Amino acid sequence: MACFTGSFRLNPFGKSLWVEEMSNRQRRDLYGLNSSATDFARAAGLADADWFRSDIPRKRMKELMKRADMPAIRDTILWIGLAIGFATAGVLLWGTWWAVPCFLAYGVLYGSAADSRWHETGHGTAFKTRWMNEAVYQLASFCMMRNPTPWRWQHTLHHTDTLIIGIDPEILAMRPARLARIIANLVGLLDVPWAIYQMLLHSTGRLTADEKTWVPAEERYKAYRTARIWLAIYATAVGAAVVTQSWLPVVLIGGPRMYGAFMHILYALTQHAGLGENVLDHRLNTRTVLMGRVNCFLYWNMNYHLEHHMFPMVPYHRLADLHEAINRDVPAPYPSMWAALKEIIPAVLHQLRDQTYFIKRELPPTAAPYHGPVDGLMPEAANPR
Amino acid sequence: MTIWVRACATEEVDEDDVIAVVIDGKAYAIYQSEDQEFYASDGSCTHERALLCDGLVMDGVIECPKHNGRFDYRTGKALGAPVIEDLRTYQTKVEGDGVYIQLDE
Repeated sequence: MACFTGSFRLNPFGKSLWVEEMSNRQRRDLYGLNSSATDFARAAGLADADWFRSDIPRKRMKELMKRADMPAIRDTILWIGLAIGFATAGVLLWGTWWAVPCFLAYGVLYGSAADSRWHETGHGTAFKTRWMNEAVYQLASFCMMRNPTPWRWQHTLHHTDTLIIGIDPEILAMRPARLARIIANLVGLLDVPWAIYQMLLHSTGRLTADEKTWVPAEERYKAYRTARIWLAIYATAVGAAVVTQSWLPVVLIGGPRMYGAFMHILYALTQHAGLGENVLDHRLNTRTVLMGRVNCFLYWNMNYHLEHHMFPMVPYHRLADLHEAINRDVPAPYPSMWAALKEIIPAVLHQLRDQTYFIKRELPPTAAPYHGPVDGLMPEAANPR
Repeated sequence: MTIWVRACATEEVDEDDVIAVVIDGKAYAIYQSEDQEFYASDGSCTHERALLCDGLVMDGVIECPKHNGRFDYRTGKALGAPVIEDLRTYQTKVEGDGVYIQLDE
């Protein structure tokens, strides 16, 4: 695996002068959805572009895309059953140290496993039956404090323009990364207050400026309605805590989005952090990481993230088969989450001082060559607005 | 004024599947349902440009391969976010071994 410092192709001098002249804050501002990088990406043909996809015979693809209810019903019963079981044990053991591991497990199921449930059911691929997808999507959105309407639309942008600077609103580790923010969000310290602010905003019939750009007018009432219902639920939980003089209600509702959030951040870091930006080939900006059964259950197989981005139609329970179908074309998967993090953490730290640095994965000899700009197309003199 | 244009041979479209055809430079999607009826629609999703022929056909629904937007391909009705604009559909008929679609002249 080669790690190297890339050069910016559109710079006529072959040097990354534009980065050196820019402060870290200015560089991060490029990731805003109305920056000069947005204009650059559109002008350079990076927006809504054609991406590489491995060639899979239509018959095989239809098999892989085929929907089923049973795997997700089984996993959802297990997910909710375990959550109820650990929560019940935690309540019964409340006041003793034995409650801590029970709530830790409950928290991870609530504040981390819900992330992948939110994701899969948002795509509508987890279940064959639509109302089942929608029901779990609503539940998981509540757990993750993500209003289901704006987040559904936002996620389409991430898939259309994955890691395109100034367009993709879901870039977790920018160059340079907001390290303090990522670390704080291991326990939701910034995500949760922001979610509460958004909930309040939505409940008054308003959206953020970014949300207005991607949520169609005819869909907005759903966001407002959901926010009002959620606020009532959280107000009830806080009220119950005050009346009973106990933290227990908020440890059960809302709290797990903080104390149980760390695993979903770690999983999310493995998806794209440290890889290429402004490229048009998911093999350059997305990872697949092999994980054990527990992590695959919690993360609902989203460790096959490269496969998911290349073919978002394939349900989570067929991603391992999809991986087999395209492994001739893609870099070797990371053998473990630890192996991925061992590469990601130094890379992200390196990018704090050198934003041209990224990890370029080696393709197997059988693979089709990389599609589009391998080093990432960057604006020659991108200045934040 | 409309005309019937041959789009493809019946055997080109599997049951419960879709193919793309291009007529006068414009892409169309031709479907065959499980009960062997043929349907036709515009070839691209109304949300973002993505060819529906790469999508999943299931129970009268075409699902876009890009963002999983769903349409009833028999009526073109958009079935929920992220698609809110209906898909244009076209009349079809089978004559001999061909599938024909009705287009504006």
